[in-house]
Amino acid sequence: MSSVSMDGPIIETHGLRRTFTVRDGLRRRTVVAVEGLDLRIEPGEAVGYIGANGAGKSTTIKMLTGILVPTAGEVRTCGLRPVPDRRRLARHVGVVFGQRSQLWWDLPTEESFELLAAIHRLSPDDARSRRSELVERLELDEFLTTPVRQLSLGQRMRAEVAAALLHRPRLVILDEPTIGLDVLSKQRLREFLVTERHEHGTTLLLTTHDMGDVERLCDRVVLVDRGSVAFEGTLAGLSRTVGADRVLTVDLAEPVPDLGTVATLPGVRHQGHEGHGLRHRFAFDAEQTTVVALLAALSAHAEVRDLAIEEPDVEDVVRRVYAARR
Amino acid sequence: MASTGAGKVTDLSAYRAVLASRMRAQASYRASFALDLGSSLLVGVVELAEIAVLYTSVHGIGGLDLAAILLVFGLADLSFSLADMAFGHCDDLPTLIRAGTIDVFYLRPQPLLAQLVTSDISLRRIARGGVGLVVLVIALAINDVPWSPAAVLLLVLALLSGLVTFGSLFVTAAGCQFFLVNGAEMTNAFVYGGRYGATQPASVWGRPLVVLFGFFFPMAFTAYLPVVTLLGLPGLDGLPTWLGWCAPVAALWAVVLAALAWRVGVRHYQGAGG
Repeated sequence: MSSVSMDGPIIETHGLRRTFTVRDGLRRRTVVAVEGLDLRIEPGEAVGYIGANGAGKSTTIKMLTGILVPTAGEVRTCGLRPVPDRRRLARHVGVVFGQRSQLWWDLPTEESFELLAAIHRLSPDDARSRRSELVERLELDEFLTTPVRQLSLGQRMRAEVAAALLHRPRLVILDEPTIGLDVLSKQRLREFLVTERHEHGTTLLLTTHDMGDVERLCDRVVLVDRGSVAFEGTLAGLSRTVGADRVLTVDLAEPVPDLGTVATLPGVRHQGHEGHGLRHRFAFDAEQTTVVALLAALSAHAEVRDLAIEEPDVEDVVRRVYAARR
Repeated sequence: MASTGAGKVTDLSAYRAVLASRMRAQASYRASFALDLGSSLLVGVVELAEIAVLYTSVHGIGGLDLAAILLVFGLADLSFSLADMAFGHCDDLPTLIRAGTIDVFYLRPQPLLAQLVTSDISLRRIARGGVGLVVLVIALAINDVPWSPAAVLLLVLALLSGLVTFGSLFVTAAGCQFFLVNGAEMTNAFVYGGRYGATQPASVWGRPLVVLFGFFFPMAFTAYLPVVTLLGLPGLDGLPTWLGWCAPVAALWAVVLAALAWRVGVRHYQGAGG
């Protein structure tokens, strides 16, 4: 397996295109799912692949893993061509589908792990150590002997993640991994993924509608719209493109109706005040002005008793990006 | 790859592990397994009864008497049941496609078809195979079989070729399922119709049926033609009696057909599906 490239991008696509023919009554119609997609993901990155339903996210994942043949364009995953090299690629990639299980529904959870270890030809020692690592990190021991069909959704997703990561894949693709999970289960799963990435340098590609996932896990986002990249960069950068700023709310010890001068700092807007000037709101661009600078400027005028910072709502940002492109 | 040889061995152990766990899972639901066995046995017996009734009331249909048709039935039913046990769950492919679980197969480092075939094994079909075996043994005793090493070879060849032919039929049907996600009814008609045809003398069929189930889907080669050869009966009009020896050739053709259908099916899925 030494021929699998260990350096160079882990995912690289050029002009990737995929169309589907759908039957519309008697007529056939061609629907473009992915159009001219250029992606480049380096080893060790964590990338959020976001976009509305039908934007082409799942189609992209299927082309990256060799399930679908691209209509046109080039794709390399771990340096391999996904369709002809599918079986070799499978040894380096782990995929978690939030909506479809890769466990055996009528077997105890641990037996699914044994089968997957055999399928991926792990040595007994390797399988044992990796399994115990995953069992501990994902807290699976309480239900290892329970048949999969009896697991709660949160338990099942943890088992699914363990199943996809058992063979120590270099690239882990998660398709809506936290869909339907409660807050605590989401939290646990995210913490696990952060640790896994930190310890093993695993590359993560994540599609999700949950912006919490993106905020906690990803250092870069790729926003797709109608099959091509609408934005690529940091989450903060995404917010900036549509002018969605962070908002600082301060409560003052004494009412100060006029704090307008603070707004002369670069990238800061005074959004208004309540309670005769007891509470003020400032929208600011984090790249131009830090919270500390803003607070320093404020305390020159008044005594700050309490403060709160709101992050821009990413769903709203995505909506605005889409609207701007229409 | 230098590791290919060793890799093959461990790959087999993966399939074995999956199959062993499937068997354990089936055996662990005892009551349901017993019911399955019972119903499977009943179906086998009813089909046998149907043939017995027909051939005791009318003599010599298609040049075969009751003893000879029992031999055809036993041979065809045994090889079909074994093929059904090993390949029958290929029928589930439409469900896998619709639920998207087929994608999971793509994410594992093994050939898709090998994964599909070894994804399950239907132990309850053993009951059906048992009916076939008992009928075959009885038929061999009551027929006037000219025993010789050649006769034994012919029977073994017929059984093995039958197993391969029926297995290929299941795979062919599965390949077509990639196109006809709701077409299970149609392909079932071919698979189970083919099995039914195999338990009958092909000499009573009309010409289109002979072409379709005699040669294109070579069902006549799984039992009828070998029995004709074995017992030295008049076979199909204008065709030689020794045609039964060609069962392995027919099986090979069935394999080619299945490989083709599967390949085209997978291409179609990757090309159009999702």
